[in-house]
Amino acid sequence: MPTDVDQVDPAQTVVTPELERDAERAQARRGLLIAAPSWLYLTLFFAIPLVIVFVYSFASRSSTGLTVLENWNLHSYRRLFDPLVAEIAFRSFVLAVATTLICLIASYPLAYYMATRPPRYRNILIILVMIPFWSNFLVRTYAWRVLLGSDGPISQISQALGGEPIRILFTNTAVLIGLVYGFLPFMVLPLFAALDRMDWSLIEAGRDLYANGRRAFLKITLPLSMPGVIAGSILVFIPTLGAYVTPAILGGARTTLLGDYIVSQFLSARNQPFGSALSVAVMSIMLLATVIYFRRGARTL
Amino acid sequence: MISAVELSGVSKHFDDLVAVDDLTLDIGDGEFFSLLGPSGCGKTTTLRMIAGFEFPTMGSLRIHGEEMGLLPPNKRPVNTVFQSYALFPHMTIEQNVGFGLLMQKVGGSEISERVARALDMVQLSHRAEARPDQLSGGQRQRIALARALVNEPEVLLLDEPLGALDLKLRQSMQIELKDLQHRVGITFIYVTHDQQEALTMSDRIGVMKDGKLLQVDDPQALYEHPKSRFVADFIGEINLVRAKVVDGATIELVGGTMVRATTGLSSGLDVNIAIRPERLSLNELGEAPDGRNSIEGTVVRRVYHGDFFFYEFDTPAGVLEIKEENRPSLPRYDEGSRLVASWSPDATTVVQD
Repeated sequence: MPTDVDQVDPAQTVVTPELERDAERAQARRGLLIAAPSWLYLTLFFAIPLVIVFVYSFASRSSTGLTVLENWNLHSYRRLFDPLVAEIAFRSFVLAVATTLICLIASYPLAYYMATRPPRYRNILIILVMIPFWSNFLVRTYAWRVLLGSDGPISQISQALGGEPIRILFTNTAVLIGLVYGFLPFMVLPLFAALDRMDWSLIEAGRDLYANGRRAFLKITLPLSMPGVIAGSILVFIPTLGAYVTPAILGGARTTLLGDYIVSQFLSARNQPFGSALSVAVMSIMLLATVIYFRRGARTL
Repeated sequence: MISAVELSGVSKHFDDLVAVDDLTLDIGDGEFFSLLGPSGCGKTTTLRMIAGFEFPTMGSLRIHGEEMGLLPPNKRPVNTVFQSYALFPHMTIEQNVGFGLLMQKVGGSEISERVARALDMVQLSHRAEARPDQLSGGQRQRIALARALVNEPEVLLLDEPLGALDLKLRQSMQIELKDLQHRVGITFIYVTHDQQEALTMSDRIGVMKDGKLLQVDDPQALYEHPKSRFVADFIGEINLVRAKVVDGATIELVGGTMVRATTGLSSGLDVNIAIRPERLSLNELGEAPDGRNSIEGTVVRRVYHGDFFFYEFDTPAGVLEIKEENRPSLPRYDEGSRLVASWSPDATTVVQD
């Protein structure tokens, strides 16, 4: 048995190319078996729906609004250049960038603080960051309705101080607050992981080599935590660009974002080909951005 | 002579732990000084206080006469070679070595010139563009050294810099380091737990235990005249025999043998006699040279070591370890032989606990 290496006299074992090939095949079979459930799941619920969306984006509509799988065309893609679509896309992009930046600026000091605590406090802090995940995202977003409403605590405090009633709910600000709140942990955790992995003697080396605290941070800590910054930014930016739940609950009726717009194409406008084309376009752009981001990250790190 | 580093009454407490306890020490300019001790003895904490990574709880620390107080590391005229080297993984070797000069706002052309010279000094000019993870352990060690020395610090602090290297490399780096220190002529403060390393490289050694400095001496004095049982035992191999002072010149070993030794200790005091294995020699019974201390016993074991024979010699004072050179003119004794072991009164070191 080749597994029991100690017992085998090396002079008597001859590793032939056949033996090696057999071993490789056995390895491959085992790997496939272990991965099978995930493969099945991903195929059924991810790959097939994706293909359906892709196919639908080239389909046409009947006069009653039903999708007809014939007369394949590029009408839906042509509509993507409509000024209305550009406006919605731009608005979503600005919101996603703002959410990502606010999350990054708010998370970095927190992640840094966490990573510099003694191990036992560190674990408690990680749990605290993850506690929001214990309750449903939808429920937590509805809770913001109470907080941000015109008779909510924020408005009440403002009035108690002699100010005007503040109505944040159903504005873009409310959506931004909700998104930052919802995606903050996705920024904190990768940042924490990157900072936690860092060898702190490198900072000491920097200080020893005449860098003051600020320069040591900019020249050593920040570059070394870039993998966390990139991972966190991707994890926040991508879901916020296509966010649907938060804008639907906290946003106003007048400000349409990409997420609502796609949903409305499928549900109210009954234009499945256009909704599909929008989805394909958004996904392609995000995929492209991710690839470029990672490529750049890999080079500079 | 002005001291490079001067510690007086320095203590460092971490909560309840006293890491360094009332340490007073003067390290001369251009000296190769080693802090030697087992792990947890406070040697690294002492080094970190000189570097400015820790601040003394009590006492004063001066570098070239200037009080360091709470001065941060970047404002101290010292540089450190870290145990793990702490090379910046996101920078090239050239950028690593030039980092200190860049932070001191030295001009670009001067930086490249000095970096080139530093890399030349450690013979790694050809790796200037490499990243730290592309270098071997020995090369990384030399880069860490170059990165510190390029700044021309007044004092170089080295925290077990050879600890991660294998034995052969460590030995050649010891020689290289000592050479380098000669050439650059700056003060080296070297922290190690390896007594061999400390003995071969240092001008002076400070032995630490439990936060206290037990003895500061040159290697030879430390080896031949240890002042305490711990120092005697920690440095090299040694025979320690319990004994009692009879008078100023005579000591009675456990088991009743009387030996001569110079000691100013008062009669009746319990002490230890420390004798190095290579200072003992064996002779046939009754043939011990005159003027030497002697004790009779039996050879219980003989081990051949190539350049010497190692004997275990059972005596009334306990089993003594004896090293006899392997020379054709010297007889070799078989196990079971009754012999006499002798040693010079000079080699009889009296230590208290």
